[in-house]
Formats: sequence, C-alpha cells, structure tokens
Amino acid sequence: MYAQGLIGADGKTGESPEFLEAFQKRIDAEEKIEPNDAMPEGYRKTLIRQIGQHAHSEIVGMLPEGNWITRAPSLKRKAALLAKVQDEGGHGLYLYSAAETLGVSREQMTEELHSGKAKYSSIFNYPTLTWADIGIIGWLVDGAAIMNQIPLCRCSYGPYARAMIRVCKEESFHQRQGYEIVMTLAQGTPAQREMVQDALNRWWWPVLMMFGPHDSDSQHSDQNMAWKIKRFSNDALRQKFVDATVPQGEYLGLTFPDPELKWNEEKGGYDFGPIDWDEFWRVVKGGGVMNRDRIRDRKAAWENGAWVREAALAHAEKRRQRAAEAAPIAAE
Amino acid sequence: MALFEALLELADDHLVLGHRLSEWCGHAPMLEEDLALPNMALDLIGTSRTLYTYAGEVEGAGRDEDALAYLRDEMEYRNCLLVERPNGDFAQTMLRQLYFAAFMEPYWKAALESPDETVRGIAGKAVKEMAYHIRHAGEWVIRLGDGTEESARRMQEAVEELHRYTDELFHSSAAARGVDALPDRAAIRPEWDRVIGEIFAEARLEIPQVPFPQQGGREMQHGEALGHMLAEMQVTHRAHPGAVW
Repeated sequence: MYAQGLIGADGKTGESPEFLEAFQKRIDAEEKIEPNDAMPEGYRKTLIRQIGQHAHSEIVGMLPEGNWITRAPSLKRKAALLAKVQDEGGHGLYLYSAAETLGVSREQMTEELHSGKAKYSSIFNYPTLTWADIGIIGWLVDGAAIMNQIPLCRCSYGPYARAMIRVCKEESFHQRQGYEIVMTLAQGTPAQREMVQDALNRWWWPVLMMFGPHDSDSQHSDQNMAWKIKRFSNDALRQKFVDATVPQGEYLGLTFPDPELKWNEEKGGYDFGPIDWDEFWRVVKGGGVMNRDRIRDRKAAWENGAWVREAALAHAEKRRQRAAEAAPIAAE
Repeated sequence: MALFEALLELADDHLVLGHRLSEWCGHAPMLEEDLALPNMALDLIGTSRTLYTYAGEVEGAGRDEDALAYLRDEMEYRNCLLVERPNGDFAQTMLRQLYFAAFMEPYWKAALESPDETVRGIAGKAVKEMAYHIRHAGEWVIRLGDGTEESARRMQEAVEELHRYTDELFHSSAAARGVDALPDRAAIRPEWDRVIGEIFAEARLEIPQVPFPQQGGREMQHGEALGHMLAEMQVTHRAHPGAVW
C-alpha cells in the first residue's frame, strides 16, 4: 500500500545526449530495462528512491494496522488482518529485493529510513483509533495505492513492474476485504455506524493527499513520465480515485467530509474541495501525530534484534569452519 | 462432557499462543521473521477456530468460536501456563514455540488414528504445520544457543525461564481425561524428550533440573499475564454485545 507522492527525487543526470537518446528510444519502444542494462544515473537514482519509499511504506504500514491485530473483534477478522499485515511485509521484502538489483543494499535502505533520510508514505503517520480504521484503511488507503500501482505494472524498469503485478493482486484483495469490513459496520449497530463514519471523516483528506502535490507543484514529474517510471499525473489519479470511491461510500449511506463534493456532469467526474497542503507538508516533514512513534518503533525492532542477526551470522560461520575442519578427515 | 473440556484445553492453548506470536508482528528482529511469526500465529489461530467450532457443537449450547474465545473470563480458560508466558526476547519466543510444537506434532500424529472423524481432519492439517514449527523454532534455538556469547546467554536464560512450565503439556485436568477421540497426553513424553534432547545437544544447551514445576492453567488457575492478554483481546468484542463484525 503506497501511492505516488514521490518526494525529493532528483532525476538529474550527466550522460551524453547520444546515450540519453538511445535510452529514450528503448523506453519509447516499451522495452523493459533490466538490472544489467546501461541506464542514466538519474533514472537509477529515481528508481532507487521510489522503490525504497515504496518498500519502507509497506514496512512502516505494518504498524498502524498491527495496532489492531490483538484487539480484532472476531477470530475471523483477527486471522484476516494478520494475513493482510503479513502480505504487506511480503511486499516490502520483494520491493527491497527489486531495489537491490539497482545496486543498493537492504541494510543501507533501512539505515536511511531510520535516519529520516528516506521517506515513506505519510498516510502511516496518522493513528488507527478504532476497529473501523482497519476497514477504512483497506478500502481507501489500499484503494488509493491500487490506483497508483496498476500503472506501475507497466513501469519501464522490469523488476519493479513484475513485483507490482503480484503486489496489485494482493492489494486488490485487501481493498475488497476492507470494503467488506466497512459494509458490515455500516449495516451494524448505531455505535458501529458511528464508528465507521468517524473513521471515514478522519481518513478521507489524508487519503486524497496520498496522490501527492498538484501537477503544477510536482517538480520532477515530466522526466519521470518521459522515462515511464510514472504513467499518469498525480491529479489524474486522484480524480480517478474520487470518482470510483464516492459512489461506493454513498451506497453504504456514508457521507464524505467535504461540503464541496458534488458530481459535475460536464466533466463526467466529481468536483471536490481544496486539499490542505500545509497539513500535507507538515506531516511529510515529521509533524504528524505518529511520525516519531513509527520511526522509534522501527528502530527499536532493528536495534533489539541486532543480537539475533549477529548470532545467526556467527552460527553460520561456525558451521562453515566445522565443515572445513571435517572435510580433510572425511577425505582420508 | 470430557470431550468438550479436552477440546477447550487444546483450543485455548492454540489461541493464546497464536495471540502471543501475533504481538510480534511488525517488531521482529528481521523482515523474514516479520513474515514467519505471523505465519505461525495464523496456523495456531486457524487450528483454534476449528477446535472451538467443534467444541461448541459437542457442547450443544449454541456457542460459536467467538462466544468461546471472547466471552469466557480468565478463570474459564484452560490453556497451560507455558503458552500464556509473555513473549520476552526472541530467544524465549522461539524456545516456547519449540516446546509447544515438539509436543503437538506427535500429539496430532497420534490423533490421526482417532475414531473421531473431525479430530482426524484437524490433526491432518495441524501435524504438517507443527512439523515446520519444530523445524523453524528448533533451527533458531540451535543458532542462538550456538551463536555468540550473548545469544548463548539469552538462550540459557530462556531455558531457565520456561522449562519449568513444560510438565503441564503432558497433563489434562480431571474433567478432560479418558476421551477416546483424543490421544493420551502423558504418552507423548518420550517423543518430546527425544526431540528436545537432540536440539539441545546441537544448541549446546543443558536440560535443567526443575525443582518446582509450574502448572495450574488446566485447572483454570493462571499466572498474572493471561488476564492482561485477554483484556486486550476481548475488549472490542465485549464493548459491543451482540454486534456482528
């Protein structure tokens, strides 16, 4: 679960015009770029940053949902949520592997996450306050991620595109599962209906922010579009998401916290109110309710686990040595 | 109702341990374990669900899996003390898992011969899961026991902490004994001793003398940890009586 909003990518590149032209020809011919192919440094750097942000988002995203595994209201929901959070971890694992094909290690990426140098999707800096948040996250956050990730299945970089195919299948399952939780609550007791409406009110605007700044304010969009790292603009995807989602909410009798939200017959889509970009940038820069907690939790897991990782390496080394010592004896 | 009692003992063991493992999710020492721990938790919770459902049918009082899991208090839970122990560090979690799986794998293997078709069905699935839990947890016990100085110290501490709870695995409450459909717990002992002995030898761990074995969970006399765990687990369900989720 991750969407656009690639932050701070620097596509600057210093290759010769001939090299760049030849590379662009391959892109335009829809050829996939593979790990050992020549590629502009800017292309490599942008992808490392994007895939890294995506992987970190999956890993940090385990925390807000994990917050409800131990309090899930039924055994069926508990098992489903556990499986979903495990899926997110799996996405993180193959995304880190995809990034490693570009010459960066998982350790390096992890250190950058912990130091604050690497970003992750800001949506995970909001707290999960009730069980309904789990339904809303599946429906809206995974829904927004799918809008962005379906086009990434055709991203020009082969390993990323292929990872996205599997990720999208699972996200699509999560999205339906989330909507089913929301539906059950919306058709439940008055307290359950109130809980789910409250969750929608809290998550709606942050979810719209997941698509990133307006196209007019998005700095590196053009180069990324030309390289086919990105296929649709932030605003186009956001509009597509709103158009798909609003009828789903209205069907359940839910309302959206936007007085300006209304169908525009002429454009064939919904008009919606202005997004609070001050809030977006505040949370991106570390000022959200949960920013510090999320990184502290990730760092704690990493640091508390250091002795385990060291022991695994030491044991492997002992085995290797014992095998080496035993080998001559066996040969005699 | 001995069968009902015995099924609850099994179901509570699986749910409580599955819940404990799920507490790790997102906080494991490495990403691979962030996938493995929920996987094992899912196996245990899945088995608990089929056991609760069957227990509810045997009881015939209309209680389903959620009624049995969420609407019984601490003093009605029949799990052994081992599974309710807090996670501690990774060494303790893996050792607790090994102790449990090394009991359940031969138990389910014996249950494959049960005259009860439902029990045979549950055992058929669970026996494979428990075999890989032994492998996964056992490999970690070996790596940590024979890893660094620190990991060996932590592993030995885990043994001292948890070994005293293992006797209860072989024990059923009086109310749950003499059920034809399920294996005799005490008969599992030799196989458990063999597996633990082999893994401990490779992990360079000593099997400790336990002057005061701890038990009581089967008789619904628990330690202090279970109440906190159930309070958290049951809070949402109980705050909305009768709601559908």
